[in-house]
Amino acid sequence: MTEPLDPAALAAALAVALPLAGALAALVMGRRAGDLFFVTGPAMALVAAALVAGVAEGGPARIAVGGFAPPLGIALVTDGLAATFVATTVAVMAAALAFARGGLVARLRETRRGYAFVALAHLAWGALNAVFLSGDLFNLYVALELLSLAAIGLVALEGKAETLAAAIRYAFFALTGSLLYLSGAILLYAATGTLDIALLGAHAPEGATTLVAGALMTAGLCAKTALFPLHAWLPPAHAGAPAPASAILSGLVPKASFVVMARLWLEALPDAAGPALGPLLGGLGAAAILYGSVLALRQERLKLLVAYSTIAQIGYLFLLFPLAGGALSTQPWAAGAWSGAMLHGVSHALAKAALFLAAGLVLARLGHDRIAGLSGLARAMPMTAFAIGLSAVTLMGLPPSGGFIAKYLLLVAAFASGEWAWGVILLAGGVLSALYLFPVLGRLFAKGDAEGEDAPEDEPTGPLPSRAREAIPLVLAGLAIALGFASAWPTALLAIGRPGAAMEGLE
Amino acid sequence: MSPDLAPHATIYALVGAALVGLGLYGLVARRHPLRRLVGFNIMGSGLFIVFGAAGMGPLGPDPVPQALIITGIVVAFSATALITALAGRYAALTGRAGLPEETPPPEGGAAGRPEAS
Repeated sequence: MTEPLDPAALAAALAVALPLAGALAALVMGRRAGDLFFVTGPAMALVAAALVAGVAEGGPARIAVGGFAPPLGIALVTDGLAATFVATTVAVMAAALAFARGGLVARLRETRRGYAFVALAHLAWGALNAVFLSGDLFNLYVALELLSLAAIGLVALEGKAETLAAAIRYAFFALTGSLLYLSGAILLYAATGTLDIALLGAHAPEGATTLVAGALMTAGLCAKTALFPLHAWLPPAHAGAPAPASAILSGLVPKASFVVMARLWLEALPDAAGPALGPLLGGLGAAAILYGSVLALRQERLKLLVAYSTIAQIGYLFLLFPLAGGALSTQPWAAGAWSGAMLHGVSHALAKAALFLAAGLVLARLGHDRIAGLSGLARAMPMTAFAIGLSAVTLMGLPPSGGFIAKYLLLVAAFASGEWAWGVILLAGGVLSALYLFPVLGRLFAKGDAEGEDAPEDEPTGPLPSRAREAIPLVLAGLAIALGFASAWPTALLAIGRPGAAMEGLE
Repeated sequence: MSPDLAPHATIYALVGAALVGLGLYGLVARRHPLRRLVGFNIMGSGLFIVFGAAGMGPLGPDPVPQALIITGIVVAFSATALITALAGRYAALTGRAGLPEETPPPEGGAAGRPEAS
């Protein structure tokens, strides 16, 4: 860092460094690692607040780490997108770590796996923040790799044959994806001599090499994001992991590679895309929405249903490209599409993490998570049932949730751009998610004893969770709803440093 | 690739391309995790050679790709170590190295019942 220390720059550096230090500390602390959350949680909340405040007041900034300017140095970027996702990550991570402290970490106290979760979660935390803040395609590669390695570890945490198989399968998808990304980055460097996103954007490379490079990177990132049809690894990996790990994996990890894709096509190569990119990625997103929802409908177990719903919800993110990608980024509706897609990412992260944590509580209580056996659980665990209900409201996109605002913004953009077909997909996706979530809610709130045949075939095997643990998913789901009430502010934050807006400023 | 590459860079590029092809075949066509892992490493090495060749300008080697290659090697090494450990543990648990067939049935019995957390 040069000159007087800028608080936003310091916050950006700490956002990456603190969780990594936390990961090391977790290894040293061993069985006391669960308490680490009391230090890193508040500290990262402060860091995120400083970052958000810095971006809101000072606008987007690029920080030359160590005083080396690009192309030699590697830049960190603080813009609305980075600040929003860093803040979301704090909420989800703090919830997952607090949840694990009373559950996973305590249960596995005598084994390495207990504190391994804390270490891996902090590692993933640092990697996520590095992805959100990086302004350099190679730095993004390293951050994505770090994230993949931590995520593979989280999948394998349970240590059983099925979860190990899921982890190995995930690892090969992720590694093939990263090699594809790396080959694209190499081609891009060979063609332009830089991997800095801002320099690439100013250079505006075009031509066959750039297009091939972009295509390779996109294919790799799609595999990491689990975009249809590269989604097969996701359900067993996310459903087999322990609940707090699933919350991190499903809520946050796919968002990282999506953010890289958005930065790649909207910031680094806005002109190279051509008219085919938007319909292609948007079409895959639409297929993901429909296919993921239909598969979610067929699930009999809660955690798998939630995992398949992630595949569908990831699809919405990709509607960004047909509505705001390429040459469209200066169109009036692009701002709404950008904010809508990113807001969907945030509200899905909160709601999906809440849903996985709540599913973990259900599993701990009943000893199984078969949807048919959930009858009447709302009476024993009202807070958990309410959290599932609130998350479902966000995932279905019902008002007044954050998911509603996000889908509304996307819908308006779809109709304003004249491409109403995307709007139809959005609405169909909402109906489908209602179809797969309502049976769960119906079971939860059913009067189990009154309908004789619905009585659970086996008694609950676990104790009731404590009120404090039940409150954690409820708080997350509440945040997802609150996002709808206070959507103006995050929408304004997301617009700071939006690619198309920057271009309008230049003209 | 830019036309001002030194002539011997072409050889590196061709060798790299061949390695990428071989590695990709191993990664995609093989079932055994360790064979796929070897394929991953061969493909990675090929990419690093191409990257080195891309940085071979008329003024001599460009230091930036060299630095990035070193980082890439470290990343590939860590990933290899992790997957080897996972595959070893899986083989110890199940007595076989190959993974069960892909694509879990959507009915949802295959992913295994997670323990309470």
